[in-house]
Amino acid sequence: MSRDNDPLIRLGGLEKYFGDYHALRGIDLDIGAGEFFSLLGPSGCGKTTLLRVIAGFEGVDAGTVAIGGRDMTRVSPNRRPTNMVFQSYAIFPHLSVGRNVGFGLRKVSGDAAEKRKRVDEALEMVGLAGYGDRAAHALSGGQRQRVALARALVLRPKVLLLDEPLSALDKKMREQMQVELIRLQRQVGITFILVTHDQEEALVMSDRIAVMFEGSIAQVAEAEALYRRPIDRRVAEFIGVMNFLPASISDGVVEVAGLGKIVADDLQSTAATNGAPVAGFRPETATILFPGQDAPGRIAEGRIAEVVYYGDMTYYDVRLDGCDKPVRISMRNVFGRPVLEIGAQARLSWSPGAVTLFC
Amino acid sequence: MLRAYTLAFLVFLYAPIALLPIFAFNSGTVIAFPLDGFTTRWFSAVFSNRELHAALGNSLFVAVLSAVLSVLLGLAAARANIRYRFRGKTAAMGLIMIPLVLPEIIVATSLLVVIVRFLNLPLSLWSLIAAHVLICVPFAVAILNASFQALDPALEEAAIDLGETRASTFRRVTLPLVMPGIVASLLISFTISLDEFIIAFFLTGSDVTLPVYIWSLLRFPKQLPIIMALGTLLVLASVLILTIAEWMRRRGLARAGKNDSGGFL
Repeated sequence: MSRDNDPLIRLGGLEKYFGDYHALRGIDLDIGAGEFFSLLGPSGCGKTTLLRVIAGFEGVDAGTVAIGGRDMTRVSPNRRPTNMVFQSYAIFPHLSVGRNVGFGLRKVSGDAAEKRKRVDEALEMVGLAGYGDRAAHALSGGQRQRVALARALVLRPKVLLLDEPLSALDKKMREQMQVELIRLQRQVGITFILVTHDQEEALVMSDRIAVMFEGSIAQVAEAEALYRRPIDRRVAEFIGVMNFLPASISDGVVEVAGLGKIVADDLQSTAATNGAPVAGFRPETATILFPGQDAPGRIAEGRIAEVVYYGDMTYYDVRLDGCDKPVRISMRNVFGRPVLEIGAQARLSWSPGAVTLFC
Repeated sequence: MLRAYTLAFLVFLYAPIALLPIFAFNSGTVIAFPLDGFTTRWFSAVFSNRELHAALGNSLFVAVLSAVLSVLLGLAAARANIRYRFRGKTAAMGLIMIPLVLPEIIVATSLLVVIVRFLNLPLSLWSLIAAHVLICVPFAVAILNASFQALDPALEEAAIDLGETRASTFRRVTLPLVMPGIVASLLISFTISLDEFIIAFFLTGSDVTLPVYIWSLLRFPKQLPIIMALGTLLVLASVLILTIAEWMRRRGLARAGKNDSGGFL
């Protein structure tokens, strides 16, 4: 990731309405050259609309879109240095793979041999060398995805826009393509902007992530910061799993239901919420103590309500004394140590800095 | 039982058509069994009849122009219907489709009144073309609606994204992909116009079309075998056109890699 002082893309005060529906609300965002950036949010949050605004398929009611220092707000998509990989891939069914990839080269200068070379290079880059003469409709989902990538990258855009590109693939294929997309982005070195509703996908792939809700950006951060220091409860709930317990604050002392009084060291950060104060912690920041282990000042008692065994990991739902809703704890399985059973007594402890207070 | 019913149904449907060639080659002028003898006289009469040729020429002229105009209008209407949202769309589409269910006799009389009384235009093949476009457009729109419906809007966006203009996108992406629909609606419109009688009967002046000419022949019983010969030729032409249409349709499907979900044949 390299970020200059001048961002490649600068979005300022974007507003977009579809009739009465307020789709984008005051979007301000800078995206750097060579960055792998994700727009993450639940469906209907405006992430796809924002991507289409950057591509030029949607106009805006207010605000500006600048790409490479030039105002592109009213520039049509065919004149922007952006190319898109569509959710449906939009492979032209009446053209061969090679003609699909070479589709945009018609308006690019250069002779036929040179263009053919560019098509071959693009196909090789996505692992489809020698597929040029195949019929587009005879391809599998993963192959279509690669053709769509090659077709966009062959034009050497400054920005590649990806609209939920992996959502149509099965799990194995999706994980494989995630790795390939990261490799591809490093190889070509241009900015990738990915739209996804899958937080795991965003965390795995992106340099930075913008989390969107209801047409506005809630938080822009690197993956780890987003996970560790969510700005508010919505972000914390959307990214990964977080256990929430009612909390009360009096004279600067925080008391959490089920956990008891929390020492200052354990409070990692505070974040916003629109309800009553709650304390949150991630499943992997707590652990179930085994007989003989101790952790003074960081002990909570409870009973195991559910065990989900994943081979390398086990997820325990633990009902803490004084709490109705169980909290989820994830623990790495260690060879020679048995997995606990439902109903067993459990002493819970948590790491320093594990707790985020939402107040 | 079902088998017998199906057989009876097919006989009822196709036996009259099978009679056409039988009597077309029969030397007697009376259309009845037993047959007299074999002759190709009626076919030579068809090929030498000037009036018939003129009528056929008129019909082809009307049918070709009606089909082309209907499909052009149908393309615009279907694309607007599927791709855009605008006020009064439902009403507009409804009005376009109404001629489908409107009795032709009503269309014919009202158009006659409008053209002769209000517009003071002489009746010509052009007035007939206008009327045929009116009744063919709904068929073209119905077929092309399906074509545009099956077309992923992202395909057109992808073309624009890759540097094409709206016009070149239509040429390079939209047109090739809806081509099977265009061919199908051209053929349907052509066929409808070609055998349309009622409106043609009302709106043609001195230039009659083939159906109107055939109707006029019916008054002369001795000409009846000529109609049989002509009918035989028309059946052959229809089968040929349908075969071409179906071949085009299957080729279109194969190119787009879609599954066959019915068709003409």
